[in-house]
Amino acid sequence: MLIWENIKLAFSSLLANKMRALLTMLGIIIGIGSVIAIMTISSSLTNAVSASFQEMGANNVNVGLKERSEDTTSTRSGLNFGSSNKTASMEESDLITDDMIDALKSQMKDQIDAIAISESLGSGTIKDGSDYANITVEGINQDYFAANKLKLVAGRHIKASDLSGSKNVIMVSDKVVDNMFEGSKNKALSEKVNVNINNVYYSYYIVGIYKYEETGFSSSTEEDATTSAYIPLTTAKEQARADDGYSRLTVVSSTVVSDISAFADSIETFFYPYYMGNEDYQITTTTMESMTESMGDMIRTITIAIAFIAGISLLVGGIGVMNIMLVSITERTREIGTRKALGAKNSSIKLQFITESVILCLIGGIFGIVLGFTLGAVAATLLGYTAAVPITAIFLAVGFSMIIGIFFGYYPANKAARLHPIDALRYE
Amino acid sequence: MPNKERHAIIKLSNIVKRFFVGRPNELEILHGIDLEVREGEFLSIVGESGSGKSTLMNIIGALDQPTEGKYVLDGTDVCQAKDKKLSEIRNQKIGFVFQTYNLVARSTALSNVELPMLYAGISKQERHARAKGLLEMVGMEERMAHKSDELSGGQKQRVAIARAMANNPSIILADEPTGSLDSKTGRVIMDIFHRLHCEEGKTIVFITHSPELAKETQRIVTLSDGMIADIREGGRIC
Repeated sequence: MLIWENIKLAFSSLLANKMRALLTMLGIIIGIGSVIAIMTISSSLTNAVSASFQEMGANNVNVGLKERSEDTTSTRSGLNFGSSNKTASMEESDLITDDMIDALKSQMKDQIDAIAISESLGSGTIKDGSDYANITVEGINQDYFAANKLKLVAGRHIKASDLSGSKNVIMVSDKVVDNMFEGSKNKALSEKVNVNINNVYYSYYIVGIYKYEETGFSSSTEEDATTSAYIPLTTAKEQARADDGYSRLTVVSSTVVSDISAFADSIETFFYPYYMGNEDYQITTTTMESMTESMGDMIRTITIAIAFIAGISLLVGGIGVMNIMLVSITERTREIGTRKALGAKNSSIKLQFITESVILCLIGGIFGIVLGFTLGAVAATLLGYTAAVPITAIFLAVGFSMIIGIFFGYYPANKAARLHPIDALRYE
Repeated sequence: MPNKERHAIIKLSNIVKRFFVGRPNELEILHGIDLEVREGEFLSIVGESGSGKSTLMNIIGALDQPTEGKYVLDGTDVCQAKDKKLSEIRNQKIGFVFQTYNLVARSTALSNVELPMLYAGISKQERHARAKGLLEMVGMEERMAHKSDELSGGQKQRVAIARAMANNPSIILADEPTGSLDSKTGRVIMDIFHRLHCEEGKTIVFITHSPELAKETQRIVTLSDGMIADIREGGRIC
């Protein structure tokens, strides 16, 4: 009952000094607002990252060769495997062979939908007069399309006969078409393009055009963004004069697989006997799940660090609240004296002023949440992510602003409660 | 109505009050006051400035405690009471009327009267009904919803008297209640006190420096230099 009276009292005294209350709240609004804004951006970013990872294939297990280090325990949380520069020191005997893949396929027939293989030929440039487009050329097998969903906008995929005949055909992105053929897909199809990779020229016929999708972390507004182009794996092997075998592949699990991590483990186990005697390399697997997790962890750590800095402004806001509460109490010394003369206990006075400080912070906190979400949503949209509202942040912000109110209101309220009634009544 | 055989509601014996204004200086304001106020009595305390009137009033009002001596208010030993108990005594047994009204600004007349009942933990409906009745008694029912800063001095003092009556206290302690008012308005306030005394049988301790107003009370206690210099019968009896 007294609480409700105190809340009414707090509102009336805050309304009596609107400007002062507003300015004091500003500290809390900015503090809570910046924390919420950062959390909104972070959760939007996390969502975007995990969505783009999911798009890349939640059912995929990436299998790659990893150099054996001193510590032989393999972790699946890293993002560091399969870097192509490792191939330099790889012997042909280290690579995953077609026999191994066939064995894997037959052993886990039910669980495996497809095994996508890609080998990079390298980064290069398609050039025609002053027009150019940056690409990375990937040699792929047919299963590649099962693991990586490419949206075909014209022409066709790489097909079995391209692979068996090691044909010089290429699938390029619509960006390449924009740059080289003024966006005309009809003009581009069946056209011959010359690709310069490390000053070696390769010629391919365009058979398909796919839609280039922006991923969560690629900035793509630039015209000379590098996009992937796909050629038959066999062609790539021939042109690179590469050894037989592969350094990485992607296993697409079928619908019977429910636990992708366990599936990844069983693939590692499958390869174990083949690499038991290999001193330099072992097989390691990563799943999108583990990559999403480690990426999420990274974003979270950064968010906490930034939110902590933003939290300092909250501290400053809290000190502002304390300051204004002290002013308010000095102004109302006689009122406090009167209340005491009328029978208010010290605890009632304390409660009255703590309530006022909590209300002040709570209103500031609510405005701060609105401001923070607005800023966060605008920033997330500008960065190209879908704005996501972290619900826990609301409760956190409300709770936190109440704690600030109690913490910074306690000292002034206690000071008021301990005023001697006579001194308070005499105060001019 | 009030008669002298009634029991003493205020018993002050050998009240001494000293203030310590930095060692070794100490200032003795009251030098052993003995006073009894009977239930239903209308008593005035007069004296020059600096005679110790206010200090005595603060002690009677349980706002302060004596350095020495004993004070029993309506059977409760005030000297032994701690802060919380003193709040209760002020809330339940004493109704204050101040010279400067001391209404809570920004609050309506009604909420001002409800305030002591709020601290007594009385329910909202009861508070409301009682406060309304008290404001009617002092002739302020028309202005119940007005904020205190929208009222004139006389009106404020009437609200303050209604507030003093809120918890039906044992005594009403009025500290120069007409001091800030013109004589006509002061008269209205005095008449309310007489009504409370004669009709409600309230014990009233009235502090004033006006000999004329003091004469209207039943007994006049004159303080001088922190001691009771004179006690005499007043004029007006119900």
